[in-house]
Amino acid sequence: MSPRTSYREALREALREALQRDPRVFLMGEDVGRYGGTYAVSKGLLEEFGEERIRDTPLSELGFVGAGIGAALGGMRPIVEVMTVNFSLLALDPIINTAATLRHMSGGQFSVPLVLRMATGAGRQLAAQHSHSLEGWYTHIPGLKILAPATLEDARGMLWPALQDPDPVLIFEHAQLYNLEGELDQAEPVDISSARMRREGSDLTLIAYGGTLGKALAAAEQLAGEGIAAEVIDLRVLRPLDDATILASLRKTRRVLVVDEGWRSGSLAAEIIARIVEQAFYELDAAPMRVCSAEVPIPYARHLEQAALPQVPAIVAAAHELCG
Amino acid sequence: MSVPVPYPREFALVLLRDMLRIRRLEERAAELYGAGKIRGFLHLYIGEEAVAVGALHALAPDDAVLATYREHGHALIQGVPMTAIMAEMYGKREGCSRGRGGSMHLFDARTRFFGGNAIVAGGLPLAVGLALAERMQGGSRLAACFFGEGAMAEGAFHEALNLAVLWQLPVLFCCENNLYAMGTALARSQSQTDLCAKAGAYKIATRAVDGMDVVAVHQATCAAVEQVRAGLGPYFLEYQTYRFRAHSMFDPELYRDKAEVEQWKARGPLHNYSARLKAEGLLDEQGFLALAAEVEQEVEAAVAYAEAGSPEPLEDLCRDVYTPASEPPANPEAAP
Repeated sequence: MSPRTSYREALREALREALQRDPRVFLMGEDVGRYGGTYAVSKGLLEEFGEERIRDTPLSELGFVGAGIGAALGGMRPIVEVMTVNFSLLALDPIINTAATLRHMSGGQFSVPLVLRMATGAGRQLAAQHSHSLEGWYTHIPGLKILAPATLEDARGMLWPALQDPDPVLIFEHAQLYNLEGELDQAEPVDISSARMRREGSDLTLIAYGGTLGKALAAAEQLAGEGIAAEVIDLRVLRPLDDATILASLRKTRRVLVVDEGWRSGSLAAEIIARIVEQAFYELDAAPMRVCSAEVPIPYARHLEQAALPQVPAIVAAAHELCG
Repeated sequence: MSVPVPYPREFALVLLRDMLRIRRLEERAAELYGAGKIRGFLHLYIGEEAVAVGALHALAPDDAVLATYREHGHALIQGVPMTAIMAEMYGKREGCSRGRGGSMHLFDARTRFFGGNAIVAGGLPLAVGLALAERMQGGSRLAACFFGEGAMAEGAFHEALNLAVLWQLPVLFCCENNLYAMGTALARSQSQTDLCAKAGAYKIATRAVDGMDVVAVHQATCAAVEQVRAGLGPYFLEYQTYRFRAHSMFDPELYRDKAEVEQWKARGPLHNYSARLKAEGLLDEQGFLALAAEVEQEVEAAVAYAEAGSPEPLEDLCRDVYTPASEPPANPEAAP
């Protein structure tokens, strides 16, 4: 009897477990308490753990992310929730100038064990200030670790190892995933260092993460019906990248397609392809390809928004081109 | 001359000695900058010594301290050895930040000195978080955060003050008002120049104090610390002071009058305080010279230490970006 659960509930269970296991853990952010969380992730936790540990903050991203860093320095294990990645731009200074630099700048004296969670991605017609996928941007920064749980298992399992990590960890939750439902037998420990093969195949490798994993898997299913066996790699960890898993897959398939909801220019997809070309150029049978978002601020109207995002037909078409 | 110095002779002389230690450390650093031994930015605190000395002596040794990029004095008085400060400015591995920070980023976990911060107002939210952690763990240490009046135009100031008051946290906000944000005068950059009124909008206790008078600074800070430690919430202190030297070594000082600088120099914290000690019979010229000689020795020993220091090996360039799994963090508070 496997209990049915959702991505949202899996995240909540992970929070509950962390709060129960470690008295140093607390959750802080806008509307995480009384309101129950913008995406209802923390619903019920205030009643269970009280106002000190489920701490509602004012609209002060710069202030409370900085305070999270300070609390981490002071011996706590804060989980700071920022509503969306777009709003995290108001806290870029503490994230990048402090959390990412402090250990190095202090000659190894001050590590920052902070976990920062935020929603990312489009698909809900929320337009250009709530819909962007800026996680790739954060992957540029040394000193940060970047996670993108795309499955129930990772939504449930990634938080605890992130809290055990002595350095700042950013967790990006694609907003389209909160309602994802499925069966999760038991909370299995997961690592926060490796990519994982989600579907085995021999003809080409699809590399995806977060919100694009489901699309890549759907495309692989369709391709299977058309005689193409696509392997699907879920990056899971966006920094540091697990080159070994990526390279092992493409050495088998010799063809690679990256699916990334970020924009193409200067993207995570670009970085992955650069690494592949640097390390395995002569093992490729075709030039690597990518399906990314159109280079436009995400628009409101549904048909425009959908057209701006990577979609299954585009992935399938690119796969055919690669294998052609 | 103000009220008699209300301290036993020994402590009265500690205040003088510490101001002198900052002054001579920095004068020497300026020379070494000229000689090319120290590079990057070098922001001198000369003229403002009474603030760091008076304020830090009002704290307990294990209170958390955060400062700005003009923080040599704060680091020194908090207990970072002058040798390690000088070696840091030299970029040597024996420096208090292993040569990774330089003049603007002195750090010391042992004395809970959470840094020189080169982002204006960057330390304020961190102080709020340190105070929050302290309260959640049932401790009684406070977080003292130094910043210039220029920081009060930053959003971080407003967000941090609001959070600290809203959550009634033990933070001491120490505003060093030296009248210029780099080269921009207060009245040219902020609509409200009454800094206590501005901070007071957040319902925080405030007090302005003569930052050129080490006794006044110490007394006002002691009173504020007592309130904060008693759980009455955060406190905002405005220390009215003045920077005698240029903003950094690259500043031609086109924005202020020489006469204004001279007026403030007449109120020099070292000169006036030593005159006061002499007038009260707590110090004579011979005593002053002996003190100065001791400080000189400390400074020269620091220079020798930095000169003899070693460069970090290039193979270690990328160390300390992430915490190695094998190595527990140096700050015990962040131990897993």
